[in-house]
Amino acid sequence: MEGSLDLELIEFLQEKARLIRRDIITMIGKAGSGHPGGSLSGVEIVTALYFHLMRVDPQNPDWPDRDRFILSKGHAAPLLYAALARRGYFPPEELLTLRKLGSRLQGHPDCKSLPGVEMSTGSLGQGLAVANGLALAARLDGRDFRIYVLLGDGELQEGMVWEAAMAASHYKLDRITAFVDHNHLQIDGRVEEIMSPEPLPDKFRAFGWEVLAIDGHDFRQIIQAVHHAWETKGRPTVIIAETVKGKGVSFMEDQVGWHGVAPKPEEVERALAELDVRQP
Amino acid sequence: MSKKISTREAYGRALVELGHQDERVVVLDADLSKSTKTEYFAREFPHRFFNMGIAEQSLMGTAAGLALGGKIPFASTFAVFATGRAFDQVRNSIAYPRLNVKIAATHAGITVGEDGASHQSVEDLALMRAVPNMIVLVPADAVEARQAVFAAAKYEGPVYLRLGRMNVPVIYGDDYRFEIGRAHWLKKGRDVTIIACGVMVALALEASRDLEGEGLSVGVLNMSTLKPIDKEAVLAAAQESKALVTAEEHSIIGGLGSAVAEILAEENPKPLKRVGIPDTFGESGSPDELMLKYGLTAGDIKKAVREVLLQK
Repeated sequence: MEGSLDLELIEFLQEKARLIRRDIITMIGKAGSGHPGGSLSGVEIVTALYFHLMRVDPQNPDWPDRDRFILSKGHAAPLLYAALARRGYFPPEELLTLRKLGSRLQGHPDCKSLPGVEMSTGSLGQGLAVANGLALAARLDGRDFRIYVLLGDGELQEGMVWEAAMAASHYKLDRITAFVDHNHLQIDGRVEEIMSPEPLPDKFRAFGWEVLAIDGHDFRQIIQAVHHAWETKGRPTVIIAETVKGKGVSFMEDQVGWHGVAPKPEEVERALAELDVRQP
Repeated sequence: MSKKISTREAYGRALVELGHQDERVVVLDADLSKSTKTEYFAREFPHRFFNMGIAEQSLMGTAAGLALGGKIPFASTFAVFATGRAFDQVRNSIAYPRLNVKIAATHAGITVGEDGASHQSVEDLALMRAVPNMIVLVPADAVEARQAVFAAAKYEGPVYLRLGRMNVPVIYGDDYRFEIGRAHWLKKGRDVTIIACGVMVALALEASRDLEGEGLSVGVLNMSTLKPIDKEAVLAAAQESKALVTAEEHSIIGGLGSAVAEILAEENPKPLKRVGIPDTFGESGSPDELMLKYGLTAGDIKKAVREVLLQK
């Protein structure tokens, strides 16, 4: 399989990614608030997980043996919601209720309201420890599901991430695969300038993790990296995915201003027009 | 009343009992298992015990994950760290998603003693009471603590269980039945009812007996569930007595005294005196010295009873 992933699969995933990007722009535009930049940067990672790599059943979201995905960077909720809707957990029309009073699509994910959301997140730094707990529970029960976590690069500034990184390695939680959505931007500016988490690979390696660095927009690399994680025994794997914040919408790409600002109607139209012709 | 045992000791023993009954029970600690007494469980069920190291945020987050995985995790550390250091994890990863985590916090209040203010939680009840979805339990003795552990395990959802370091008198017999949300009348009183929780319940009983010698009828109501508080019992106390006194080993801000005051103010205004730690941090000293200095003795309760009757 490695190196020879068929073109059909890649094209299928690219089309899903395009739809998910459209959804992200549309729903945040409609909501009038939200986080487009960090939602768009993680699209290929989440698309590859939900449409190819993870063992899930949208008709049976509580299936005990399903793989789990925890969006530790909870502000990318539109990305998760779009992926869940396109995967069949709920009708895509519901995406338009994002952030509205009474909606199941809360500003940050609420696992009690929406099927498919594994954990409520939003306060940064907490997803990895929760993944650790899930992995320990699975080990006690002899279940073989895997747990994927999406971390932001700015999020790595939270000390709790490193508490959890230490614990995952200590308990040899090899069912955990963490992605770092390394888009290099956070609210106040460039991650490296605000509070540099570099050198990231060395840090994770020093904490006992298997470390891979990839292009986070390349499906082949994402899939191969996850396959590598599946083969890795006795330690967790982190995939440091080099990404572009706002990826796929030219005027949002690598722009710090698009972290938490909704596009205006005319910007929504421009973005969708681009997404309809341009392969990200 | 001659036997004395700490609620943490009762907790540690109850966990082992519970562990034998229910395989889903797992226990986590943050390098304090010898103090919190989770070491008993760790010895009996090593594969179901997780020491998370000195990392309370990770402790709470991991407990949340274990609950998601269908376990009944008891996460233990000192009260000051469980509610302070890891407040956001308790709030966002446990209470908000209403996960089935039991936060069993020992060394609550100033009876921690010599370790001093950094280790004495004077505000944990205020913090936990304000968090939606959280059940707050403050057992008065070893018998009640044991039953509270079982009740917490049976209840589906987050529970904060406040436990103490110090040995305290056993006031209940084995026939006692603790129930979440139900206060227990130890004694009814026509003049004043003392509503107490935790270590203050035994002292309230002592104060009540002494005051009876002075010709006063003083009741004692054990409010071992701080949240949801037994409102009916509070109102019954307000009905039957002329005035009320609350007693807690906690700041007078935000704990039992505040909870009772809130009910009285809205439903049946009555004279009330709150015995508790004045708005201040503690300090080093023996538990008895600290209880004396910070106004938490049977004598302080008696004084409050006499004073509140003057207001009537």
